[in-house]
Amino acid sequence: MWVLGPIGFTAPWLLLGLAALPVLWVLLRAVPPAPVRRRFPGVALLLGLNDDDSQSDRTPWWLLLLRLLAVAAIIIGFAGPVLNPQAARDGKGDLVIALDGTWAGAANWQAQIDRVDALLAEAAVADRRVAVITLTDLPADAVPFAAPTDWQNKLPNLKPQPWQPIDPAPYFATHAGKFETYWVSDSLDFTGRDTLLATFEAAGPVTVFQTPRQTIALRPARFEDGEVIVSATRTPIGGATETKIAAIGLDPAGVERHLATVTLGFAAGDGDAETALVLPPELRNRVTRFEITGTRSAAAVSLTDDALKRREVALIAGSDNREALDLLSPLFYLREALAPTADLIDGTMADILVANPDVIVLADVATVPQSDAVLDWVENGGMLLRFAGPHLAASDLGRTSEDPLLPVRLRSGGRTVGGAMSWGEPKTLAPFDENSPFFGLPVPDDVVITSQVMAQPDPSLADRVIAQLADGTPLVTRKTVGQGQIVLVHATANAEWSTLPLSGLFVQMLERLAVSTRPATPDAAELDGTTWLPNKVLDAYGRLNDGSALPGVAGDLLASGVTGPALPPGLYNGADRQLAINVIRADTVLQPAAWPARIPVEGMAAARETRLKGGLIGGAILLLLLDVIASLAVGGRLRGPRADVAAAIALLLIFAPDAQAQVSDDFAIGATSQVALAYVVTGDDAVDTVSFAGLTGLSQTLFQRTTIEPATALGVDLERDELAFFPFIYWPITADQPLPSREAYVKLNRYLRSGGMIMFDTRDADTARFGSGSPEGRKLQAIARSLDIPALEPIPSDHVVTRSFYLLQDFPGRYASRDVWVEAAPLDAVQTEGMPFRNLNDGVTPVIIGGNDWASAWAVNSNGSRMFPVGRGTTGERQREIALRFGVNVIMHVLTGNYKSDQVHVPDLLDRLGQ
Amino acid sequence: MTAPLTLRASAETLAAPLPALLAQAEHLATTVLLGDHGRRRAGVGDTFWQYRPAQSHDAARTIDWRRSARSDANFVQDKEWQIAQSVLLWVDQAASMQFQSGDLPSKGHRARMLGLATAILLIRGGERVGLTGLRLPPRRGDAQIMQMAQLLSEDGDTDYGSPETQGMLPHSRAVFISDFLGDIAPVEDALLRAADRGVRGALLQVLDPQEEDFPFDGRTIFTSMTGAVEHETLKAGDLKQRYLARLAERKDRLAQLARLTGWQFQTHHTGQTATTALLWLYGALERHA
Repeated sequence: MWVLGPIGFTAPWLLLGLAALPVLWVLLRAVPPAPVRRRFPGVALLLGLNDDDSQSDRTPWWLLLLRLLAVAAIIIGFAGPVLNPQAARDGKGDLVIALDGTWAGAANWQAQIDRVDALLAEAAVADRRVAVITLTDLPADAVPFAAPTDWQNKLPNLKPQPWQPIDPAPYFATHAGKFETYWVSDSLDFTGRDTLLATFEAAGPVTVFQTPRQTIALRPARFEDGEVIVSATRTPIGGATETKIAAIGLDPAGVERHLATVTLGFAAGDGDAETALVLPPELRNRVTRFEITGTRSAAAVSLTDDALKRREVALIAGSDNREALDLLSPLFYLREALAPTADLIDGTMADILVANPDVIVLADVATVPQSDAVLDWVENGGMLLRFAGPHLAASDLGRTSEDPLLPVRLRSGGRTVGGAMSWGEPKTLAPFDENSPFFGLPVPDDVVITSQVMAQPDPSLADRVIAQLADGTPLVTRKTVGQGQIVLVHATANAEWSTLPLSGLFVQMLERLAVSTRPATPDAAELDGTTWLPNKVLDAYGRLNDGSALPGVAGDLLASGVTGPALPPGLYNGADRQLAINVIRADTVLQPAAWPARIPVEGMAAARETRLKGGLIGGAILLLLLDVIASLAVGGRLRGPRADVAAAIALLLIFAPDAQAQVSDDFAIGATSQVALAYVVTGDDAVDTVSFAGLTGLSQTLFQRTTIEPATALGVDLERDELAFFPFIYWPITADQPLPSREAYVKLNRYLRSGGMIMFDTRDADTARFGSGSPEGRKLQAIARSLDIPALEPIPSDHVVTRSFYLLQDFPGRYASRDVWVEAAPLDAVQTEGMPFRNLNDGVTPVIIGGNDWASAWAVNSNGSRMFPVGRGTTGERQREIALRFGVNVIMHVLTGNYKSDQVHVPDLLDRLGQ
Repeated sequence: MTAPLTLRASAETLAAPLPALLAQAEHLATTVLLGDHGRRRAGVGDTFWQYRPAQSHDAARTIDWRRSARSDANFVQDKEWQIAQSVLLWVDQAASMQFQSGDLPSKGHRARMLGLATAILLIRGGERVGLTGLRLPPRRGDAQIMQMAQLLSEDGDTDYGSPETQGMLPHSRAVFISDFLGDIAPVEDALLRAADRGVRGALLQVLDPQEEDFPFDGRTIFTSMTGAVEHETLKAGDLKQRYLARLAERKDRLAQLARLTGWQFQTHHTGQTATTALLWLYGALERHA
């Protein structure tokens, strides 16, 4: 191969043919174009006429050039030009192509596979045995050497994994002998990479392929001072850059969507960045994961577990009205325990139930207000946590029968032990039973109970006790109601009856009851011996897949947090909580892979050989085709019908769009040569016919009674037609008309801004009132959502449309609803003393919205008689007359603006003139 | 070859809108045969022309007694002088007339149609029509039209036609329709011979628009319709001016000949409507010589 710059030639000797081009030039020049034989009776008159130019007719130079170019292209084409010719790698023996195959490579996985494909193609030429191995997914036994073509077929099966390679060096050391290594790296360091490199070097030469690229990884979000802190790390550290992070979760309808988006800015030279995201608790609790938008990588996704969720806890105390010390307040210790991990709500029960909290804590409340509503709330999944106290003990609650809002029946009085006036020692807690949610919590010795309310012994009592004192009396009882539960702590929430609120156990118990949220990551001791089931697992691309088919994971593995084949990142379900395992932990450090100088590092972009032969020969054929046409033209053969056809084709190509322009010009001229009322074509034939007939009737009335002489009404297609020609557009709303496209909305908004008026008519005033949910009304809301519609008000009695031609106060159509809305008057418009109207001089209302079906009232058929009856008898005719007058007023208002409003000034003007 | 029926049908269509053509005879004596059409002067005929006072040479039976009874003098009925004229047609049937360009009809078709239409008009007008060259002596009647259509639909095999003067009756009328692109000498000869016999008539040159425009360019070999004549040029475009000059010269020559012999000359293009040419022929034959 002979290489010339970026182009190589496989058969360079053919290029010598280019030397023949000058000869060809001379030859072509000497040979005139072949003559045309033409039958022509006038030849008798031509006899004896000789050509002026005794020289033979020469082929024009440009035609010669065209032909030479074609010939040159053919010669060069057959010389086999190749763009970016690749120097073949001269390697022998076995070849291992190792891919990192981590999440970091997911974003450009296809490029890696393409590169491997190219390397395999080369290996196929060199006839080498190859093994393609992803380091994150090592084969079980011997290195699978095979023919490169076999591997090429298997390439689509290779997938990156959402974890880093876990010490792959021993595998290669034990399973392979001598081989050369091509290492396709994700350009990210991992533990054991140096050892692996040493292993590879021991086996043979190593070449590394990698593209240095920025890897941005999202750290788990954490909750801090009421804000969600989102942080990310990157490598290599470069200039300032920004990345968008979306908080994703289910909306109330159960649809997954971006709940919030925040921009995270890396400062130049900074490896980490973090930003705070302030979310309302309702929204925050819905977040299931954070994602770097537009990046396909497992590291760009950070799943959230219970750690980010903050429960809403409502606190209600029975007797808060006494002026006591804070420390004695029944809620003080609860607040202290819950404030760091939950959102607290105060208020009356009525307010609280509206907020629908997760937990309601009643401290020493005997009579629960709105007990029915509370019971409903509990049945729907609420948790009612009650603490006993003097009030509860003194009341008769749950004495004779079980109170629906108490887990057990209570004996009257309760008991006091170990006090000044009683025998015995204060009671300590017994160790928690295995079935208790508190199982495993250490019981400190210093927690003593001095007073409690007593549960009435009952067959069901044993099942409901979840904590008891050393003497077996229940301390905490629980029963489930519907989907929720009711828990009673038989002591107070403050330190009056026990020292429990003073101990750490109190907080832990609240956590176990899921009243407060637990710390983000449980420690190893807590996880030891537990088994967690994968719920959702992430793949390397950051997609969540169902993990229910995967085996459970031991808690100690989970505690290590090191993702691998045994622990894919994802969401794990434990007994009563969910744990998120993310690729990137809070302390993960990303390091770019550094290679020793002796290792050759190549780019990922496989400079593909591009064979130019086909293109060149194709070009030559095109040139020759051109030559055919040009020769015909030069030879005078592009005359007559052939010329007509050629010209027709050329014209068709050049002027084809002109027909459209012509049509649109006709439309514009038709619409603007006279005033024309327009209606929006809805696609419903019946409605469109009525719109046309209605505007025709209104046009006739205008013609008869005013100086406005409108032309025939026109239907406009919002998508196609220009709206600017029409002063007034009537838009009947049908329930099934399509929403306008984005372009149509742009047009409509421009129209509304530039002084046009659209009259929206929902045609449903007989059955619906403005704002109520008729299908047309909903459609109107959908349509109007993207329109620049100003603030509206019902037509005020001094609106100029009430007097622009006729004096009107009613605006009926076929129906006589008064709900007709126009642009609201500016707030500062005030009625001057002695003036009948407010001074409103600005603008024409861009919209009139109503449902009176005006078009039907106006409509006339082709005979000129009314199409639809209005009302009954003479009152109906009166209503139709008013409807027509309203139409006249509206058109007058559109065409003359607010000049009637200026009459307000008439007294002033007369005054100034000295009249 | 054109089907005679088609040819006749289209000629009839063309002739239909025109009033009957009244050819005028210049010389009464030579070709007098009684015809249907008055010459607007007193003479031999069937139709009343005028009353004149009887003169001494009038036979008594010629006196119109009814008219004479209204006055004292005797009156005689003069009849209108009625004659029939002989018109001879020559329509070029040579190969050059088969030329046509684009969608236009060939020159030959147009020439035949015009010739036959003229013949139909004349026969309706009571004249006798025939073809030159003793092929079809002048006669009247529909059969003559059929026969003429038959003869006209034949195609000649020479490149250029030349008019025949044989069988031309003295002082009759003649119509020559051709492209007159061939040798001018036979035409000249024929016209002079016709003039010698006192035959007047019309020359109609039928040309194709391409022959008038010469819209050719590039290296071209022009051949006649049979291929007998060839002319090669390297730049046809350069020849245009000189060709047009020669064509104009040919037309001038024909017009001059027509003037000399008292004929009418006109050029007709196949691109124009046939009616204009027929109207012109109508006018040319009706004109007093």
